[in-house]
Amino acid sequence: MTVPAPMVQRDSLLRAALSSRSFTIGAAITLFVALAALLSFVWTPYGFAAQNIPNRLQPPSPEHWLGTDHFGRDMFSMILVGARTSISVALVAVSVGVLIGTPLGLFAAARRGTLLDDIVMRGNDLVFAFPALLIAILITAVFGPGAVNAIIAIGIFNIPVFARLSRGAALSLWQREFILAARVSGKSATRISFEHILPNITNTLIVQATIQFALGILAEAALAYVGLGAQPPIPSWGKMLADAQTMIALAPHVALVPGLAIVITVLGVNLMGDGLRDVFDPRLRRSRT
Amino acid sequence: MPAFIFGRLVSLVLSLLAASIVIFFVLEVVPGDPAAFMLGLNAAPDTVAALRQQLGLDAPLFERYFTWLFGMLQGEFGTSYTYRVPVADLVADRLWISLPLAIYALALSTLIAFPVGILAAARRNSATDVSVMGITQLGVAVPNFWFAMMLVLLFAVTLRWFSAGGFPGWDDPLMALKSLTLPAVALALPQASILARVMRSALLDTLGEDYVRTARAKGLTQRQALWRHALRNALIPVLTIIGLQFSFLLAGAIIIENVFFLPGLGRLVFQGISSRDLIVVKSVVMILVFAVILVTFLVDVTYALVDPRLRRAQR
Amino acid sequence: MTLLEVKDLSLSIAEYAILKDVDLSVDAGEILGVIGESGSGKSMTALSVMQLLPRGAVTGGSVLLDGEELLGRPENQMCAIRGRDIGMVFQEPMTALNPVKTIGDQVAETVLVHGRTGRGEAMRIARETLDRVELPASKFPLDRYPHELSGGQRQRVVIAMAIALRPRLLIADEPTTALDVTTQAQILTLLQKLVGEDGMGMILITHDLAVVAGNADRVAIMRHGEVVEAGETAPLFRNLRHPYSQALFAASSHLPDRNPPAAGGGGPVLAVDKVVRDYPLPRRIPFAPPAYFRAVKGVSLRIERGENVGLVGESGCGKSTLARAIMALEPIQGGTIAIGGDVVDARRGASFETRRRMQVVFQDPYGSFNPRHRVDRLVSEPFHLLGSAAPQGAERTRRITRALEEVGLEAADAGKYIHEFSGGQRQRIAIARALITEPSLIILDEAVSALDVSIRAQILDLLAGLSDRLQLSYLFISHDLSVVRSITDRVLVMKAGEIVESGETEAVFRNPRHPYTRELIAATPNLEAALATREGQGAR
Repeated sequence: MTVPAPMVQRDSLLRAALSSRSFTIGAAITLFVALAALLSFVWTPYGFAAQNIPNRLQPPSPEHWLGTDHFGRDMFSMILVGARTSISVALVAVSVGVLIGTPLGLFAAARRGTLLDDIVMRGNDLVFAFPALLIAILITAVFGPGAVNAIIAIGIFNIPVFARLSRGAALSLWQREFILAARVSGKSATRISFEHILPNITNTLIVQATIQFALGILAEAALAYVGLGAQPPIPSWGKMLADAQTMIALAPHVALVPGLAIVITVLGVNLMGDGLRDVFDPRLRRSRT
Repeated sequence: MPAFIFGRLVSLVLSLLAASIVIFFVLEVVPGDPAAFMLGLNAAPDTVAALRQQLGLDAPLFERYFTWLFGMLQGEFGTSYTYRVPVADLVADRLWISLPLAIYALALSTLIAFPVGILAAARRNSATDVSVMGITQLGVAVPNFWFAMMLVLLFAVTLRWFSAGGFPGWDDPLMALKSLTLPAVALALPQASILARVMRSALLDTLGEDYVRTARAKGLTQRQALWRHALRNALIPVLTIIGLQFSFLLAGAIIIENVFFLPGLGRLVFQGISSRDLIVVKSVVMILVFAVILVTFLVDVTYALVDPRLRRAQR
Repeated sequence: MTLLEVKDLSLSIAEYAILKDVDLSVDAGEILGVIGESGSGKSMTALSVMQLLPRGAVTGGSVLLDGEELLGRPENQMCAIRGRDIGMVFQEPMTALNPVKTIGDQVAETVLVHGRTGRGEAMRIARETLDRVELPASKFPLDRYPHELSGGQRQRVVIAMAIALRPRLLIADEPTTALDVTTQAQILTLLQKLVGEDGMGMILITHDLAVVAGNADRVAIMRHGEVVEAGETAPLFRNLRHPYSQALFAASSHLPDRNPPAAGGGGPVLAVDKVVRDYPLPRRIPFAPPAYFRAVKGVSLRIERGENVGLVGESGCGKSTLARAIMALEPIQGGTIAIGGDVVDARRGASFETRRRMQVVFQDPYGSFNPRHRVDRLVSEPFHLLGSAAPQGAERTRRITRALEEVGLEAADAGKYIHEFSGGQRQRIAIARALITEPSLIILDEAVSALDVSIRAQILDLLAGLSDRLQLSYLFISHDLSVVRSITDRVLVMKAGEIVESGETEAVFRNPRHPYTRELIAATPNLEAALATREGQGAR
């Protein structure tokens, strides 16, 4: 487990981040996709559900920048709204993981070696024993398909990820002398966890959150692809791919466009995460130069 | 070593028990009565009740759990509500597609990732390293089912080297393997990208260890130190990821089977869900979880083979 | 002809000059001691000779081994020289061996990689070499793994790897720094013996002047990448010219001035009575009844007001465990601990009032502070113990300033982050944090062990002054006998969870009664004694 980086002043941290090429490129892509998603709230070229059957499966043109699908819907409009779906599902799912998993991990680390720690960690192992997508399929099977259930399904798998990560990082911090000093100062385990441990594992959590966010976008696409994600008429990239499957020989662009949207978004988030990790971990940064 | 394996076996059994409880009770809360579903909307209530009794659905919850559990221990998974055949037979048929597919993909992923990861680490910061890592960064971002569609578009639709889907059966093993090749590649490449990155960073970590410096002081070249000292120590994190990937591949196979119209476990699960054939769903999920837990066990045992320190320690 | 001749060696890494015009020479059968504090460039000198430098390193000057230039040789030739002509031993034996290979394989690898013999012969040489480093076949078969050996035994394996091909030169970089004193003495004796048997030259790099005085024929003192002084051991030490070496010499045998006030009376500040501490061992088989390791076996001790008590022992003897028990960081399984007369409740832990009277300074000046807080927050953290009575506003600032000034820092330092301070300054901040609740007892857990000798001398002076002025009691825990001797009134010697000897510090050191105490004292390197012995030999 990597030990948290020594404190760097905030402004120099930002400067270091911007000097990392992968962070700059990744952050730019992520920002671009996020802006596209926000734009879709106020403007799309066409209604995302507006069908125009005679005009179906058109390749990209000045009227339809990314062409039309098999119902003649404007792909560009659908991609914009799809970005909204992807980002919100992944963001909420990661937040669920962070907000539940991190306190669990901190709690387990504070009670290390006790039965409670064991129960939390065995519970995590149990979740890991289910392939992530299988959990999603089960949950959507039980509660029916839909964006909210997709969030729950992806979120549940994120909980043990953050629980394990924060427990591991916290355990190594609990051995550090500044924590012993806080204990000598009479501070309770809970107080130490939030005052000393949490701020020192934030960097690690942020990097993991970007990774999980990217995985969340992929998972949302996969669920939507098998029909367990957001339901029509709300567009989502995975659903667009599912619709495109039978059309792929006739009009390749209906499969290419949403796929590339996913690839670019995930790539951007991952690059940003890589850049952040390099900035946060001076050990890696030193070895890079 | 025997104590170590015994300890791992105990934890394997406990995990399986816990998983079976979770699966059973989660599926008990599923809305929708299988008996009513099977008989259709117009069935008389007493007919439904009779069927419920016949299917054993009216017994108390715990009794049904134990019946299911002990049945599985004897290889009895019950009878499918919709197919009216033993679930064990259904699953066995489908397993012969899903399992080979996952193993095929895992083998491909490992065979690609190891040389790529080692090469990148050995030539760290070179043009080779930078470009290979760039490609893997892309590979990690590609959804496997979309990649599968692109493979179909290229190799089946355009080049016509492979068929776009379906499975001819194992009568002709070569044809069977061929029809699993595109799905396996689609599953393997994104995973290989992840594995190659893990391999590289694990190797870079171990190359910075003191014992590598000691080895260099003995007169080993950088390359000898990598192969003889750094690599085996780097295997621990790599094995962890391989273990996790098996679980991803099994689940991924469920989706990829959809792209290639393969009659595997994934399609069986989806059919089971849509027709409320819960006994099939329960059994398939249980079998997949069993496979994952078994792989975790194997990975643990392999750890111990790689690292002598673990042979006597527990957990 | 000299075996190794280093002339005008310079080294820079990424434009940053590490070494400047270093001159060294070693004859066959001779031990050259290289002394320096951290950052002096002593290890980089060794790595330059081996040509095992980090990427981007640029060397200049010349390194001649038996008249042949090593600098600028192609890598494949250097690989042939390393391990065959020059062996090297590193500081940290716990990580220097590959954990997944047997010791036999690792020693044999030195032979195999130089391609002289087959595997069978290489294993035979490995066996023979392990015998030479006193790891006999009966207890240390070739198929042992590193984790089955102690630190000292691992260091012997590392030495075996370095000398398997009987190299002409052996470089030992702080080979005993990570080891206990008794083990250190054994390893140094072993190295002496090997040098004598093989007639090889050896460079012994260390920060410890006493180790060099006891083992090296000649000495070079380094500072900031330069050799400031060099010559034959005894004459050099007796007639140091450079101000830095003089200061170093003075610091390493420094005795802080102590003027303890008359005994304060009142009850003891700390009374430990028959304390027992058990650790559960990991279960090897699930559900097996848990086994326990008894780390502290019924220890009793008392510290009076203003008294400085030393607790010495080697790693694993239980001294740190005892310290944690006293600080109420871990529960005890038997006995009682009383701070200033209040018995600590074994189950509920110490009350805030009890804790306020007892503070602690740890070993690592880098790990002792939350890197995200400013000094004022770090120093005032123990105010938590005062609850609602904790000083606020101007009073808080005044108390923080007083604590900082007490340890020789300034009020302005309160607004800085910890990374702006050096190791020695950080240890001062740690002491300020311990002082802020005005305790009567401070536990110093290896508090000066991580510091360079010159800094260590300053901190010892500071501690002695504070104890005199504030009537503070110290429990001074250390593995370093000479430090304990310089600052404590009484000393306790701990071994395997028990206190085997205790008494007035001077009395114990002059006339140790327990065999273990005698062994410890005999193994501790002593600068004066070593120089006297050396001069005696020279006169004869």
